[in-house]
Amino acid sequence: MIRLERVTKMYKTSTRPALDRVSVSVEKGEFVFLIGPSGSGKSTFLRLLLREDLPTRGKITVADLDVAKLPRRRVPRLRQRIGCVFQDFRLLPNKTVGGNVAFALEVIGKPQSTIGRVVPEVLELVGLEGKADRMPHELSGGEQQRVAIARAFVNRPLVLLADEPTGNLDPDTSQDIMLLLERINRTGTTVVMATHDHSIVDSMRRRVVELDLGQVVRDESRGVYGVGRAQA
Amino acid sequence: MRTDFVRREVTTGLRRNVTMTIAMVLTTAISLALVGTGLLAVRTIDSTEAIYADRLEVQVALTQDVSSADTDCSQPICQGIETTLQNSPLVESVTYESQQAAYERFQELFAGQSIADVARPQSLPATLRVKLADQDNGAEAVRQAMNGQVGVRTVIDQRDVVGKLFDFLGGVRNVTFALALVQAIAALLLISNTVQVSAYTRRVEVGVMRLVGATRWYTQLPFLIEAVITGVAGAVLAGVGLVVAKFVFIDDLLAGIAQNGVIPPVTIFDVLETSIWLVPIGAAIAGVTGYVTLRLYVKV
Ligand SMILES: Nc1ncnc2c1ncn2[C@@H]1O[C@H](COP(=O)(O)OP(=O)(O)OP(=O)(O)O)[C@@H](O)[C@H]1O
Ligand SMILES: [Mg+2]
Repeated sequence: MIRLERVTKMYKTSTRPALDRVSVSVEKGEFVFLIGPSGSGKSTFLRLLLREDLPTRGKITVADLDVAKLPRRRVPRLRQRIGCVFQDFRLLPNKTVGGNVAFALEVIGKPQSTIGRVVPEVLELVGLEGKADRMPHELSGGEQQRVAIARAFVNRPLVLLADEPTGNLDPDTSQDIMLLLERINRTGTTVVMATHDHSIVDSMRRRVVELDLGQVVRDESRGVYGVGRAQA
Repeated sequence: MRTDFVRREVTTGLRRNVTMTIAMVLTTAISLALVGTGLLAVRTIDSTEAIYADRLEVQVALTQDVSSADTDCSQPICQGIETTLQNSPLVESVTYESQQAAYERFQELFAGQSIADVARPQSLPATLRVKLADQDNGAEAVRQAMNGQVGVRTVIDQRDVVGKLFDFLGGVRNVTFALALVQAIAALLLISNTVQVSAYTRRVEVGVMRLVGATRWYTQLPFLIEAVITGVAGAVLAGVGLVVAKFVFIDDLLAGIAQNGVIPPVTIFDVLETSIWLVPIGAAIAGVTGYVTLRLYVKV
């Protein structure tokens, strides 16, 4: 589903590569934690998958699309296959919960009839039934992140990318969000999540890819947060 | 679906920054009104030139004694001049206008004005009206040939008279186009700036749109339509301004010369036709500016 082959990313303004010959491959339906200290290249990894940026070298394939070679006008097609959530939720403050989720479908040209049907479904899936008419500022952080996840998932993407989705949440709320991501993963959606959160990684026991200074220093299935670095 | 979305985005966009929108419309309007004025000047120059192109003559006015003694150019002096002119290859034809004929034309031209009453046939010269075969060199040749000829009072090249008028109209045109250009630059910068501000205030929305895979049409169209709407609004305002200006200003200014048939009057039809042209011009300028701005400054 996702495949990086010796991917290197050099930002123009920096001397060392943000990603250094990274090769990772993720199968359909996998759940992968991307960990590593600050500045190790986790966000860069996710940005390249989304084609927010181009790799300096190497080949990236997502959902059978050659990401780096994709012509500009095809980029939307790639992004429609990928859902995305972030630490800062990125909700539209002047739209309701339902409006925020519907927006993601409106702007890719889905008909109103489809939108009216699937938005309530996905809100129920993320546990926000009955809150469709609330404004984002009337929600807790955890609820806001659920809206963001609903928006990312409403078009049924093949891949869900999450960049520190629990970074702004307390441990209990984080746990709830993880349960939600697990549920989404069980629908067959591939999930890649960058995180700093030890306890989450340790409790989930999923595949862990650890980056340090842009290099993959560990890649183990059913890993924990600390072990790799303790050994290093 | 698509039109719904775009309409909603555009209306919120235009409302979000009303003062900026108004400034943009006004600047565009002034610029386009100047363009319109320039176009009207060009139009007037063109139709004036068309009127005169085949009418312009060189007039050889005869002296007082020849004029009154010879009513049909049958006597030697007049005959001599006429033959000289007719033999020149630069001349197409020569017609004789007697004092009486000149008087009648004069009466017609200034009918109802006091100057018509005081004029007498004897005070007007008889003229040989020369149509030129060679518009470029003919006038000078005639002038030289007639210089010092017995019986010739003056040689008048009508183009000298009309030329001043053309110079004036040309000046009007150049000044208005220059002003229009300056205004247009201001309008362009304003449109460009507004698109940037608009894109900045909507950066979260645009960010989300890009993330969920909206095509460029969806992300850019609202900005472009906003720009085009202000461009068209400016053009409409400019058109209204031109119509008003015609009645309160241009009509007065041109009243004298237009009535005498020296230049064709600027009709309401001319103004409307020119104004209609301003709409696509305004739309295109705003649209292109918006597009280029999005390309250069805004990641959408
Ligand atoms: N746009 C950019 N221009 C230049 N350098 C950048 C840019 N983005 C990131 N970097 C650099 O690339 C490296 C990797 O950054 P990245 O954001 O991928 O790290 P990260 O693992 O996500 O860190 P964090 O855990 O703090 O979010 C860092 O050294 C960073 O300074
Ligand atoms: Mg990061």
